[in-house]
Amino acid sequence: MTAAAPAVPAFPPVDQAYLFQARQLQALSFIVHIPLVCFAIAFPTLVLFAEWASLRTGDPLYRTLARRWSKVLLVLFAVGAVTGTILSFELGMLWPNFMATFGSVFGLAFALEGFAFFAEAIFIAIYVYSWDRIPPRLHLLAGIPVAAAGVVGSTMVIAVNAWMNHPGGFELRAGHVVDVRPWSALFGNSYLWHEVVHMYLAAYMVAGFAVAGVYAWGRLRGRWGRYERTALLIPLAAAALAAPVQVVVGDWAGRVVAHDQPVKLAAFEGLARTTRGAPIHVLGWYDGEGVEYGIRIPRLLSLLAHHDPNATVTGLDAVPPADRPPVNVTRVSFQTMVGCGTLLALFGLGFLAYWLRRRRLPESRWFYRGLLVTGPLAFAALVGGWVTTEVGRQPWIAYGVMRTSQAVTGAGGIPVGYTVLALVYLGLAVAVVWIVRRLARAPLEAPA
Amino acid sequence: MTLSEAPLILILLGLGAFAVLGGADFGAGFWQLLSGGSDDGRALRDHAHRAMGPVWEANNVWLIFVLVVCWTAYPTAFASIFSTLAAALFLAAIGLILRGTTYVLRSGAERSRTRRGIDLAFATSSILTPFALGAAVGGIASGRVPVGNAQGDLVTSWLNPTSIAIGVIAVASGAYLAAVYLAGDAVRIGSPGLARAFRARALGAGLVAGAAAFAALPVLRWDARPVWDGLTSGWGLVALAASAVAGVVALALVARSRFEASRVSAALAVACVVAGWAIAQRPELLPGLTVDEAAAGRSTLIAVLVGTAIGALVLVPSLALLFGLFLHGTLDEHGTQPSAVPRPAPTQAAEAAPAPQRRPPLVAPALACLVVGTALTLLADGGWALALGLVLLFAFIVLAFGAIALPAGPASSRS
Repeated sequence: MTAAAPAVPAFPPVDQAYLFQARQLQALSFIVHIPLVCFAIAFPTLVLFAEWASLRTGDPLYRTLARRWSKVLLVLFAVGAVTGTILSFELGMLWPNFMATFGSVFGLAFALEGFAFFAEAIFIAIYVYSWDRIPPRLHLLAGIPVAAAGVVGSTMVIAVNAWMNHPGGFELRAGHVVDVRPWSALFGNSYLWHEVVHMYLAAYMVAGFAVAGVYAWGRLRGRWGRYERTALLIPLAAAALAAPVQVVVGDWAGRVVAHDQPVKLAAFEGLARTTRGAPIHVLGWYDGEGVEYGIRIPRLLSLLAHHDPNATVTGLDAVPPADRPPVNVTRVSFQTMVGCGTLLALFGLGFLAYWLRRRRLPESRWFYRGLLVTGPLAFAALVGGWVTTEVGRQPWIAYGVMRTSQAVTGAGGIPVGYTVLALVYLGLAVAVVWIVRRLARAPLEAPA
Repeated sequence: MTLSEAPLILILLGLGAFAVLGGADFGAGFWQLLSGGSDDGRALRDHAHRAMGPVWEANNVWLIFVLVVCWTAYPTAFASIFSTLAAALFLAAIGLILRGTTYVLRSGAERSRTRRGIDLAFATSSILTPFALGAAVGGIASGRVPVGNAQGDLVTSWLNPTSIAIGVIAVASGAYLAAVYLAGDAVRIGSPGLARAFRARALGAGLVAGAAAFAALPVLRWDARPVWDGLTSGWGLVALAASAVAGVVALALVARSRFEASRVSAALAVACVVAGWAIAQRPELLPGLTVDEAAAGRSTLIAVLVGTAIGALVLVPSLALLFGLFLHGTLDEHGTQPSAVPRPAPTQAAEAAPAPQRRPPLVAPALACLVVGTALTLLADGGWALALGLVLLFAFIVLAFGAIALPAGPASSRS
């Protein structure tokens, strides 16, 4: 932790009756936006791979594939752009005291993200609207900034999240934020790297399994030609490879959390007291003393957190009750992430093993039924992971230096905003499903 | 100009660009609402939709740019503005979400009834958003945003005479800019009927925008006296007069069907208003908070300027390329046949083609990367060993992906 004592907020504290609703509003906005970010990170690479394959082989099938996917990419980008815009509005509308106190420390990342987003918007327009109108190699080249900007832009936003979990790059003098070093606050942060790598693999899992699932659905309904096989294999290969690697990276992320945010780690398990040789409980419920009804695996938490079965793991009792996160939400989210992630890793390994022996896609209908479920599972793991890290950070908005309750707005009307946005997003979800189905049903050689 | 003021210049430039480029996008939506259900109306709506397709995403990013520079360089001002004006900005954000969604939905709608419904939602949000943003500006200009966490009134901070006047001007000037642009675009694609229709709309909207701007002056005098005083003396007056002249010239150019020149003149009018507002409020950002007091520390301000300079290096050539291609018609959805590259044959023809099995040997190195990478990542306590482990794990993914998904080498039928 950077600072021993919390900072003095820029504005005097307010009494906000709807703090919980404000957090829910922010969470809702994130949960809608984050799967779209996954597509912005992972999908352009897959589209470009297909286009590159068409240039390499001269096979028009890959070109058709890249072209159709690029239209889906544009739709998802447009929806991602507007759902991301409201997030930046909400930072000011819901958490003004956080922005006023620390905006000068981490705001730079968003400025850089803004430029990445700008480049992404520009080149996605050029890429999608210039098929057949500029030379093929130039067209492929125009797609590269789209993929690069998706990666750079999301890294910037993750840098802010890493900062919130591990604030640095400033000093507190009598509680006031001074001596701000924005570059090192964002990019000299040891917390950034595991978050970035973990999120990238998650992006490939979500986007890859979701796209492959669409074609698995088609296969189960009898649509199965060379086009569909290729369209299924590319995203499936990416996701099936990312999933097992994610387990290794997850272990790394867990060790960093154990080191820098021990109380958050204690909440992952529901470890009430600091324990030597701490166990893990699978499932079950934390009742304030320990985990009830869970399947106990002795010493596993010590082993995972410190790679030593007898290591001492910090418990929730290390801090006063007011500084502990909501244990059950964190714990259930963590187990959701780990559970879904493990299933996906096993599914990926199963496919890789099959491919290694046969060098082709499996025949069994059960494989394709399973593939249908992987997209939703990956989404559940993604949301579970973000809830784990965000709720596990509570009651702090910036770990150890500012409480969420100090950051919140003094304005009224939060429940109204929550209701309106929930309704809008419900409509949005229906609309996106409708349009993606529409695009999928269009004839293979749709006019430009 | 001091260092504290430099980011403000960026914000004003961003606001001006957003008012001109984003405003024209909102205006295009406005004309969709007023186009009626007839065949002519549909032609107008389709034209408006097509014409802005490739650029509207990029135009909206200006707004994001303004926000992020504001919260980094003037955090307390940003927080005060967003907490007090939360209702107006929430409405604007909802409008942006509806616009973005309905815009992409339209491409999936084939039935004209569905399409009309979507256009209606698009048009409504296209009016809501600029009005709400204009109203928020009015709240700041009339001194209704005190410094602090939601210290102003949630409703009257943006529903007041100044806000309504600026909101109306924002909607009208957007409609004007859009009509001028769409008329010019109609000339470019050779559609004189549409060009005439949008020329008439441009003249109408221009007159309304001009009238609204004049009507706003007494409102400012009564409701936002400091800004009025600033606008009627010194450089503020110069900016105001320049804006009026540019506006009249723009209208005259539309009347003579000189659309391109008119857009430049109209953009100048908008820019002068933004500059005039800044001059009139100087040196205060919010009541009792000067730009100097609001500015973040020196290192942050320099970081913002450096970041913007890096961004501009990427952005300026990219934008030039986009607008170059766009105005040249390369990105048109209009019915022109694609040039140069022949269309690929239908996929069914390629269905049977058995791919020759000539893959590079990737499996063994991939597995080696996996084993070593996993061991290093699990065992290393940070540092170079960990970084190397991660690099190897990514190498595993790339190599194995190549082994699985890479098509066989160049086929004989390569064109």
